[in-house]
Amino acid sequence: MAKREGIEVSVAVGDAAMLSDVDVVSAYPITPQTHIVEHLAELVANGELRAAYIPVESEHSAMSACLGASAVGARTFTATASQGLELMHEVLFVASAMRLPIVMAVANRALSAPISIWGDHSDVMAARDVGWIQIFVENGQETVDNVICAFRIGEDRRVLLPVMIHLDGFALTHVIEPIELPDKKDVDQFLPPFKYPLPLDPKKPVTMGALGSPFIYTEVKWAQEINLEKAKDVVLEIWQKFGKAFGRTYSPIEQYRTEGARVLLLTMGSYSETAMVAVDKMRGEGKEVGLLKLRLWRPFPYQELRKTVKNADVLIVLDRAISFGGPGGPVCSEVKAALYAEVKRPKIVGFVGGLGGRDISMAGFAEMVERGMEIARSGSKREFEIYGVRE
Amino acid sequence: MAKTKAKEKPRAKGELGWKEIEIGFFITEPGNSVEVRTGDWKSRRPVVDFKKCNKCTLCYFFCPEGCIAKNKDGFFEADLFYCKGCGICAAECPKEAIAMAEEAK
Ligand code: SF4
Ligand code: SF4
Repeated sequence: MAKREGIEVSVAVGDAAMLSDVDVVSAYPITPQTHIVEHLAELVANGELRAAYIPVESEHSAMSACLGASAVGARTFTATASQGLELMHEVLFVASAMRLPIVMAVANRALSAPISIWGDHSDVMAARDVGWIQIFVENGQETVDNVICAFRIGEDRRVLLPVMIHLDGFALTHVIEPIELPDKKDVDQFLPPFKYPLPLDPKKPVTMGALGSPFIYTEVKWAQEINLEKAKDVVLEIWQKFGKAFGRTYSPIEQYRTEGARVLLLTMGSYSETAMVAVDKMRGEGKEVGLLKLRLWRPFPYQELRKTVKNADVLIVLDRAISFGGPGGPVCSEVKAALYAEVKRPKIVGFVGGLGGRDISMAGFAEMVERGMEIARSGSKREFEIYGVRE
Repeated sequence: MAKTKAKEKPRAKGELGWKEIEIGFFITEPGNSVEVRTGDWKSRRPVVDFKKCNKCTLCYFFCPEGCIAKNKDGFFEADLFYCKGCGICAAECPKEAIAMAEEAK
């Protein structure tokens, strides 16, 4: 039986990769991801993890090395954050288009300038359209579970796509939480060995990354899009299977006290934990408030969102990134797009907050709900508002 | 060397529908670049006046696409499936035997 013990989330991420029998790790250290890759380097150096650890000079190289490793059929893991994710940017597109199931933990952190090592979601939002499956987690246990699931999802023959697991920098990476690391034999049973269908192999040569002229590029991109859309059902199926095997099931949009809720708050990542406590308090005061936690960011769960919000009057979306000069936070903007054609839909109010590690307290969530309801009633001069800014 | 074919082929094997794309758009058949219709770029095509041609082979060697081949009468002609219409053959021909004609559409 797996034991539940206090462990730093970053260390647990490394352990989860080890439990998943990862073959190759290539990474470049960056705060707040550092402990993840340090731990993996240690495990390899100590001989506990039989894997190749490829130290590199940049994140661009890290992702490129992962690309090559995955292409020969090695189970490949990496981690990054913030500027590191942006430095990888062009290679991220290649990994998804070449259908290489790399798993990457992203310790979400703000982007420069000014330099901020603290958490928000500007890094992931800038990498929103890279074609990866993207999953947000809110605590240590979810991180471990989803790292293991990510390999199974990405490597599924129907999927073959890279997967990002987004965990908030510091708020998750650097905290010690009670986590149950599954037993190795159970993980082995859940996660079959990786067998890439068309690996680089001198005995059976293939060309990867060929030129796609105008006459074929559209077909290739459409095939890629349909594949990512279809991957959603596999993600759901594997989360179900994980639930059966380990007793913890995940879903694309998790609902917390949404029964009869007139007002719904939507968050992503670790702030969901605070928001849950805030919802408890508001419920205690008789307010009909519930919480939605968006877990599956890509492929976006359109049907599930529509079903979940259809009976609410107000939907308040908290973004932890600004789409500069755009319609508001990226999440809110997508939520609006997803609900635009619905006959029955809540009023949608967008807030941006929690930038660069700025905390949002329980009271903060309550304030946001109050202000959100006011905006829903009488409107706002702006497309979106920012929470907690000093005048 | 490309086979000599005066007419353009219809849909080539390389012109797949999106459902036929291999995983990651990988190429699993070595040498299948011969299936790629590089000729779809061209806005002009070479037309040889065999009366002027002295079979010097210069067009054959200069064509960057390698798509000019000897036809059954020993004259040199481009395979329009591959010909990009660059006009190098016409510029190099010492007999000015090659004219670049506008593509119909
Ligand atoms: S136009 Fe260019 S590509 Fe076409 S046959 Fe002449 S040299 Fe070759
Ligand atoms: S270069 Fe001109 S003359 Fe020489 S073979 Fe070609 S068409 Fe004929």
